[in-house]
Formats: sequence, structure tokens, C-alpha cells
Amino acid sequence: MTLELDADVLVVGGGPAATWAALKAAEDGAAVVLADKGYCGTSGATASGGTGVWYVPPEHEARERAMASREALGGHLADRRWMARVLDETYERINELAEVARYPFPVGPDGRPLRNGLQGPEYMRRQRVRVRRAGVRVLDHSPVTELLATDDGVVAGAAGYQRQAGRAFRVRAGAVVLATGGCAFLSKALGCDVNTGDGALFAAEVGAELSGMEFSNAYGIAPEHTSVTKTAFYNYATFYRADGSVLDGAGSQRGRSVIARTLLASEKVFCKLDRADEAARTAMRTAQPNFFLTFDRLGIDPFTQPFAVTLLAEGTVRGTGGIRIVDDGCATTVPGLYAAGDAATRELICGGFTGGGSHNAAWAISSGSWSGRAAARFARALGASASGRRVRAAGGAGLRPTGTTSSLSSADVVSAVQAEVLPYDKNYLRHGDVLRTALGQLDATWSALRSGLRAEGPDAVRARQAAAMAAHARWMYGSALARSESRGMAKRLDFPELDPAQHFRITSGGLDEVWARPQEVAV
Amino acid sequence: MIELVSAARCVTCDKCVAVCPTNVFDRGADGVPVISRQQDCQTCFQCEANCPTDALFVAPHTHPLPAESFAHDEEHLRRTGLLGSYRRDIGWGRGRTPGAARAVGPALSPTGPPLIS
Repeated sequence: MTLELDADVLVVGGGPAATWAALKAAEDGAAVVLADKGYCGTSGATASGGTGVWYVPPEHEARERAMASREALGGHLADRRWMARVLDETYERINELAEVARYPFPVGPDGRPLRNGLQGPEYMRRQRVRVRRAGVRVLDHSPVTELLATDDGVVAGAAGYQRQAGRAFRVRAGAVVLATGGCAFLSKALGCDVNTGDGALFAAEVGAELSGMEFSNAYGIAPEHTSVTKTAFYNYATFYRADGSVLDGAGSQRGRSVIARTLLASEKVFCKLDRADEAARTAMRTAQPNFFLTFDRLGIDPFTQPFAVTLLAEGTVRGTGGIRIVDDGCATTVPGLYAAGDAATRELICGGFTGGGSHNAAWAISSGSWSGRAAARFARALGASASGRRVRAAGGAGLRPTGTTSSLSSADVVSAVQAEVLPYDKNYLRHGDVLRTALGQLDATWSALRSGLRAEGPDAVRARQAAAMAAHARWMYGSALARSESRGMAKRLDFPELDPAQHFRITSGGLDEVWARPQEVAV
Repeated sequence: MIELVSAARCVTCDKCVAVCPTNVFDRGADGVPVISRQQDCQTCFQCEANCPTDALFVAPHTHPLPAESFAHDEEHLRRTGLLGSYRRDIGWGRGRTPGAARAVGPALSPTGPPLIS
């Protein structure tokens, strides 16, 4: 029996952006349903990881410095107006978190509260409580599998499968906010396995566009065979070869590619956090308990004992590409559909440089709040007629194959996609020839799954994740090929220089035919 | 990955079943959770953090460990303080102070604020 619900606003996702969207829509008087694939409060990159926040007091010089700091790194694709409004919104919302939600921010040595970061588990358990207190109906373990749209293409809800209750569900809504996170391709990077790019697939199926998908080659450092991709403390690291000699040029912020190259040559890379003094070592433990989980459980002292490291793909979670938004309320190009957090492009504030840590957190808070309010307004404007609209299910790949069902499984698709996007010599150290071959493989994978993959019930969730990953990878490589230069994190071995003539963002989209084209930046 | 569910400690509250973001557990016939889909475990430690009786242990490895591994030796984990260590470190549980309140780390740059996450 299908669970049928009506709402003004449906929020898809359960991380920071989703909870801020749900809160602000509810505060605006909307009836809100939040549907999360996992559990709102533990799902996603932030809940397990924790994050710095781009929290800058409203002082002119400090704000100017903050905005200027990453402009060049991002290839000058960010937008000052957006940076300023994100800084404003983030400042207000973090203060709200401290004063209304009573998040226990620590106090610095000077006696002043420090508000430049959030412990993931603490932040997200409080956000869950707040959302529920605001009257939002939270559906946990309820992955959405497709959007619902009217005949004239207005998004009007979503459908999915409640995997613990074992039943389908459908939410008719006046507006939908996609806050499903980025895509890390099931790499096991910390907290990211729920981030399979589902929202981008849903959006593309109703005709929405993406932007900045070439900025999708983030890799996080983790001890070998483990999950904790928190990288700040690798600033204290020295990297070594197996013979104990220092690996020249290797580093966390600059020199991660040296690590990749060494690993590609089948050499192990070792690390010691031997540049941290005694005071820093003690402080590090209190700041990031989860960073030390791995070491304590492996019986390694990371300050004195070398440990092997690896790089795990973080795709568009730590990259900046995502669903293109077209106004201050984070609307997409499709009426009734909004995007927030890592599901949306973060180029507006990061340009082409990683938004990992503080910027993505600020973006989630801001875009979440804006999209929630805007979605509530959109739903209100529809009035009572909204619930009577005729809707159709918009999902394609994995649900409604165009050909005869084949023996292809979701797991086959995932393996095929991972083979093209996880290897460092394909996605990290990018070369046009390699990208073209990989894109050809991915196109073939897409064709096969589009025509022959069909799943129902709980299996539909896995099929849709696989399809979303395949689509994501194709927009990534299509966009990477459309930029024949190196800008931000989208570096090309065959075009190592920045080309001033390519000072544009790249919009992409399409499913059976993927397209990517330049879009002028007004900056 | 999740490696241990201690039947002796478990109070069958179903919390881990609920909070696991990747739906790894099922409730067993006796109420004690069963690790039904270990391959889906993303090694995020959330089940452990939310277990009120420290009945769970997540090994740091992203692949399953053999039966003889330390991760299945409850007595060893208890003796070494590893069992329940994440919950203790983030200050969750009765009578504890949230770790967030004292999370003052080092500053990564000379002019920057202390890292707090």
C-alpha cells in the first residue's frame, strides 16, 4: 500500500541544506515534508564529518578579505554579490544556531565564542530536533526515486520507496527542494555513500540544467583502507616513500597530485603528522575526535609512526558543480523546483576551486534557507488548486527502460561507472584523450542501462543510484572536455595553462544525449 | 565497518537500526540488531555514537575483517577502552559535556582562528 501525502513544500534530503530549507519553509507557514534516503541527523558528509564554516563578522575589511581569498584559486568564476549575501545569511543563521538552537560553540582563549566550525554529529542531531519541533513531517529511510510533474512541466512532488517500512510513497507538493548532496560515487569517503547524485538525475529528467560539472575531481586523503577523509590536519604532515625518504613536493593543500602520481606508480605513500608540536597535538584531539578514531583503532600514533595513505574520490561533494540555479531563491530552470547545498552548483561563491569545508557549509546554510522560503512562496502562490493538479512520474533510467529488460544489474552499472571516475589517471590527472575514451565507455553504460535496467521496490533505489552516478559522470567529463584549459580544480594535462578567453561557466545537461556549453559570467 | 553487536550489552532500543544512514541493520528475532548488509556500511561511526550502551563497534577498515580480528573481541575492546570511545570523545551520554563545547583546536595559520571542527 502506497503512503500518500500532501504538502506545500517537499524537501528531498536530510543534511544541512535540507534541514535549513525545511525549517525556513515551515517558519514561513508552509506544510513541509522532508524525505531522506537515510536518517535525517546522521545522513551525509557533514553529519559524520563536521565542517568549518565561512563565518565572517560583518566588518568591511574582514569581509573583503574573505571574498578575495579564493577568487584567483577559483579561476574568477565566483560572484561577489552572491558571496556577500552568503556571508550575510551564514552569519545570521550561525548566530541563530547559537542563540536559538543553543549549539554549544566553544569559547576561545580570549573568552569570546568561536563560531567558525560545527561538529557534525552535534550540529545535525540538533537540526533534526529543530525540524521536528517546527512541525515538519520527517520521513527517514525514504529515498525519493523520481519527481512528479504536471503536463506543462511544473514540478509537483516526488515518489519513492520507504525501505524500512517496505512500501512506496508519494508526496504531492506545491514545490520541491532538492538537497540531496553531491556525488562521491560510493567511494566510502566519510559519510558520502548516501551522496550518489540522485537529485541531479531527478532534476535533469524534468529538464533542469547543471553548471560547473568539470569541478568534480576532489580527492580526500585518508589512511589506507579507511574512511576518514578529514584533511585539515594533513597541514602538519610530511609524506614519505616506503624507504623512508621524503616524498618531494607532496602535500595536502598543494602537492596532492604528487601523492596521486606516486600511488599510480604502484608505490605506497606514507605519512606522519610530525610537524605538529605538543600543544597542537593535544588541541587536535579536542577539535576533531573523529579524525583520531582511525588511528586509535589501528593502534597507530600518527605523530610518530608512519601510516600508508590513499586518496578517496569526493566528486562533487567537495567539488563545486551541481544543479544550475537562476535566481536569489535558488530556483532551477524548471518551475516548482529548487536546489540547495551540494546538489546545487557552488560556483557562485567558490568559482572552480573546492568548496570543501567552510564554503560548502555556508552555502548549505544559505541556499537551504533561501530555497525553503522561495519554495514556500511558490507553493502559496499556487493556492488551493495545487493539490488538484494532474501529475505524471518523471523517472526514466532504471525504472522505465526503453527496450527489453536485460540481465544488467545495478551493481554492474556502479562498477562500470566507478572504473571510469575513481582512478586518479582518469578523473584527477585529466587528459583529453583519456576523458574522451572514458566518456565513450560511460555513454555505452548509459545506453545499456537506459534500455535494459528495470527495478522495483527497494531495488529501484539502487537502480536509480546507479543511473544517477552514470549521468553525473557523463556531465563531469562532457564539461571537462568543453574546457580546453586549466582553471580552478579543473586542470587538464593537455591544456596546463589558464586561457583568458575561456572565462565562462559551463552549463550542461541532457541524459540520452549529454551536452555542455559555455555560459558567459557577469562578473 | 560495523563488526560487533554485543548481545550482552544491547538493550534492543532499535536506535542503530533507525540512525544508520545506509540501512545496514535489521532487527533480529530476539530484538538484537543483525548486521544484514555489511557491504553497505560506510564506516561513519554514527551507530556507535548513538548507541546508549556502547554495544557496537565499528572498525576503521572499509572492508570486512576476519572472524579472528580484534574487532570481534568484546573483552579486548572493553579492556583497551575502544568500546564506546567515540561516544565518550564527542561527549554524548548522561553526565557528559558535549565535545563541541570544548572543541578548540590549533590554528592552521598564524592569524587564523582556532579550528573548532
